Amino acid sequence: MTDLKDIIDIIYIVAAVLFIVGLKMLGSQVSARRGNMISSVGMLLAIVATLMVKGMSFQWIIVGMIAGSIIGAWAAYAVKMTAMPEMVGLFNGFGGLASLLVGWAEYEARPDSPVVTLVSIFLTILIGAVTFSGSMIAYAKLAEKISSKPVLYVGQKLINALILGVIFSLGIWFVVAPLETYYIFLGLMALALILGVLLVIPIGGADMPVVISLLNSYSGLAACAAGFVILNKVLIVAGCLVGASGIILTQIMCKAMNRSLANVLFGGMGATAGKTAEKAEGEVKALNAQDAYYILEAARSVVFVPGYGMAVAQAQHVVRELGHLLEDNGAEVRYAIHPVAGRMPGHMNVLLAEADVPYEQLVEMEPANSIMPTVDVAIVIGANDVVNPAARTDEASPIYGMPIINVDEAKTVFVLKRSMASGFAGIENPLFYLDNTRMLFGDAKATVQALVNEFKSS
Amino acid sequence: MILLLFVFVLAIFLGFELISKVPSQLHTPLMSGSNAISGISIVGALIALGTEHQTVTTVLGLIAVIGAMINVVGGYLVTDRMLGMFKKKDEMKK
Repeated sequence: MTDLKDIIDIIYIVAAVLFIVGLKMLGSQVSARRGNMISSVGMLLAIVATLMVKGMSFQWIIVGMIAGSIIGAWAAYAVKMTAMPEMVGLFNGFGGLASLLVGWAEYEARPDSPVVTLVSIFLTILIGAVTFSGSMIAYAKLAEKISSKPVLYVGQKLINALILGVIFSLGIWFVVAPLETYYIFLGLMALALILGVLLVIPIGGADMPVVISLLNSYSGLAACAAGFVILNKVLIVAGCLVGASGIILTQIMCKAMNRSLANVLFGGMGATAGKTAEKAEGEVKALNAQDAYYILEAARSVVFVPGYGMAVAQAQHVVRELGHLLEDNGAEVRYAIHPVAGRMPGHMNVLLAEADVPYEQLVEMEPANSIMPTVDVAIVIGANDVVNPAARTDEASPIYGMPIINVDEAKTVFVLKRSMASGFAGIENPLFYLDNTRMLFGDAKATVQALVNEFKSS
Repeated sequence: MILLLFVFVLAIFLGFELISKVPSQLHTPLMSGSNAISGISIVGALIALGTEHQTVTTVLGLIAVIGAMINVVGGYLVTDRMLGMFKKKDEMKK
């Protein structure tokens, strides 16, 4: 029977290689889709190999696999592109839950396991539970089931540190005397679930890209810890790859906001905002669709700067339509995308791709800034903090130092905005008061539609 | 055990190397694609469900298999759906 075990291990190696090749290919536009398929073939192989393990009974496995596949496939096809951040969060939570349960089941089956296994079980429970409950809160915040505002209270960090301390103490007790500590085990699992909730509630909507990619990293680490529990190499390798790539992505997001990870996780941005910063003052110049049309009609170069507001208003299709009309009118049209615009990494890219904007027209922040002085009209749609010039000039501003898209350097700036209320973090935006800025108030979709109509009727 | 730690450390470095230079366009697909890979805990879930035969482990294993399967199937399909939308200009005119 050792032969069968060897065959399984060889298939696991092939699966791990396919994951690595697939991830590599996901990093480039031309190969990304094939990369995803290659990685899914790796997953299929890993599952088939596991089903070959000696002594498997299949009746429940078939039930579970079919149920999970149907739910997963249905969710993947039913989800709207604007709801993508919360869907990724939800999937991620289920992955974390699965790892947690693997650790739990192993403890139920063999409570007298060696110390190393018990330590691994403890870590699996801790990371898996935090991933699961944290992802559920992130999902609820993104889907607006609960307020996306940061929840802050006195002594927050201290309470979290205390809970973590208690979890580790209980963990040590559990590892030393696993046979007598069944209720301790359940208690530490409950505490870990609570910790996941408490870690995510202080984080505001605009910081969600960081949290989503961090939770993704955790789910990989949870799978990895589960790999140490059942001594399975493919779990360790695949979990680690996800863990490491998630951390890299998290770092990229933090860098794009010029903040440290600790600051994002514990800073509770918005709590201190707006108190010390200079108050932006001046006259706001509103503009109606017809006058905006005359300016756009003469423009040779137009840059759209989308933000979360475009996702909320579902305005991506009508924005694309306006883009086409401007192109037919002879203007060069581009879309400048800030790395943390929206609620997950690359959120805006996905929405614009859905609306059939070719990816050559999407430009990243730095190239966008280098062309900005030559741009006739920059149209800001539902973005606020990522175009706030206070980040360059006002040292007291909470976002001081964050790299922004310098729309204020364009000849004219249109800002599409619902009202004059300040953005998510309550930070004043001096952009609105600049001489070259014009405000177009109203729902983003309706405003862009009005501009499209002006173009069509003339 | 030492061998497993060895594997662990190598895989971490490999993960860092693979992702360090990715255009921001692809951040979402990369994240949801790697999210699908984290569903690898399906392997552990299958072993728990298939080889243990107590009521508790069956219940835990069954939920784990369902959760991991949602993660795997949903993750890969949604990534594919997203990547299918990224098109070049000339592809669009066809």
